[in-house]
Amino acid sequence: MDPILLLAHTEAYGTLGKPALEALAAALALGGPVTVGLVGAQVRTAANQVAGSGAVRFLAVQGEAFAEPRYATDAAAAEALCRAADCQIVLAAGTSRWARALPGAAFRLGGRVDTHATGIAARDGSVTLTRWFYRQRMEAVLTRDERPWVVLLDPGCVVPWSGAAGSAAVETIAVEAPPARTTVQGYRAPQTDEQTIRPDAKLLFVAGAGWTKKQADGAAHTAEAEELILGFLRASKASLGGSKSLVDLSGEGEAVLRFMTHMNQIGQTGSTPRHPKGLSTCCHGEEPHVVGWRFIHERRAINLDGNCGWARGKADVLYVADAFAVMRELNRML
Amino acid sequence: MSTPLQIVVCGSFVPDPLQTLEPVNGPSGPSLKNEMMLPAVLDPWAGHALYEAANLAQRIAGSKVWLVSLGAKAKLQQVMMTVAQKVPFELVALDGPASGFGDSFETAAALAGAIEGIAGLDRARLLVFGGWESASRGAGSTLQMIGERLGITEQFQGVDQLTMREDGGFEVLERVEGGRHQVSLCAAPPAVLGWATGHLPEPKNNPQVGMANMRMVMPALQKARAAPLANTGLKFASVTLPKQQRETRIVKNIPAAEIAAEIAAWIRED
Repeated sequence: MDPILLLAHTEAYGTLGKPALEALAAALALGGPVTVGLVGAQVRTAANQVAGSGAVRFLAVQGEAFAEPRYATDAAAAEALCRAADCQIVLAAGTSRWARALPGAAFRLGGRVDTHATGIAARDGSVTLTRWFYRQRMEAVLTRDERPWVVLLDPGCVVPWSGAAGSAAVETIAVEAPPARTTVQGYRAPQTDEQTIRPDAKLLFVAGAGWTKKQADGAAHTAEAEELILGFLRASKASLGGSKSLVDLSGEGEAVLRFMTHMNQIGQTGSTPRHPKGLSTCCHGEEPHVVGWRFIHERRAINLDGNCGWARGKADVLYVADAFAVMRELNRML
Repeated sequence: MSTPLQIVVCGSFVPDPLQTLEPVNGPSGPSLKNEMMLPAVLDPWAGHALYEAANLAQRIAGSKVWLVSLGAKAKLQQVMMTVAQKVPFELVALDGPASGFGDSFETAAALAGAIEGIAGLDRARLLVFGGWESASRGAGSTLQMIGERLGITEQFQGVDQLTMREDGGFEVLERVEGGRHQVSLCAAPPAVLGWATGHLPEPKNNPQVGMANMRMVMPALQKARAAPLANTGLKFASVTLPKQQRETRIVKNIPAAEIAAEIAAWIRED
């Protein structure tokens, strides 16, 4: 088996995040010698965190210039680590930071890159990768001749590595930070009263456009819909997803759920989140039930249309009921 | 902000999302069954990039938008009949596959070559736009490699907002984990920006814009350079549709409180 470089960047407090530990587990499972390459302001804590993983070498590019996620500096750091490690397979977590920078680094190395891998395995001495095409509609297994082959593994696909911390011998690779015209100013949350996107939540709650439509009394009850949904999110700690039709309403001047933004959108032009359970409400169509739910294990739906062709066959349970009434009761119980 | 911008948008078409897609294997690798017969639309994220580009160009006098598109000529023409009515742009067409199974490395090479071939392009005013992913391959790597080929190292992905400043710089909001945006300041173009959804709705069709665009689109399609993608070194072992069909239990004609109790118990399960 070819040697493998696991690239990881530090998170807050200098530690490695769960996606990095998942990528480490995937790298170790390939069976070849693993080198860990770390990027961040200070990597000592991160290196010690995975010192007991069995990695044969720890390399680092560190310094204030490499603290913030930024294409120019991250690509330079990754390129330097890859050259120093001289590994043919480079694995990293598909975080926003690496997704931005590693394709450019792969190009500089004369290699190739594949993103959104959901699995990577060594078979008959060669590495094969699994990923989805056409927005999670078909799954392919592929391999490449070119090296180095940089692979970004989607978070949530592998059980993260866990083990005792230790003391790692870190080799620092000197990299002169390239002149960058970009400065990172900080982070901004959407202008909503509270967090609605929780990637680590056990439950994904999907709201469809039905919440804003006229109800049995002939009137829309958007304010009550907001109250019910936010109440449920608070009680269940679920993450909120929205169908495209609901999210698009905000751009069309219709009554909207004020906390629902494009960031919540799932499906074709939204995200395909990974959660153990999903509860869909007032949704109809392929977007939420097929594409958005591809990686949801247990699925239930509340829908007034018992013949909804999208929920049937895709959900485990379809409750034919008024979502307003059910959610009122559910919030009371939770 | 008075310096006019030159905005090049990279984007092609994808099968209409409502179509049923089925993979087939051929001698040159996988493709979609009846691919040329499937109705196509402009890739959604590339569309967002195009609309944001046009909006930016409209606000800064003298700015111009190009759409660089790789796809089968006949299909491109069909898609342009709709897209050209949305916003003003000049098309640069490449005649090649728009398949999701194409390699982003080779796609980037073709697109970068087409951008370099645009006459009068001023790198100091250049913004390269595109979708941060496509709805076909979803590579999320093509724009970065285009940027590298063009020597542009200020790059942003998952962009939802671009705000130009008086000093010629701009503020960028990029999507990051946890439903947040990373805020960055870039001192000046050139830059590469891979757009997520942005904030603009799809523009309404404007026949006048369509007529003006089509005068340039047809000649651009006629002189589209052939751009085959060899997919050298990329081997597909299999491409399959997910088979999973669930046995859905239908629950109806019971009180909302009972349904709520069942759901509450399900949520509480480990």
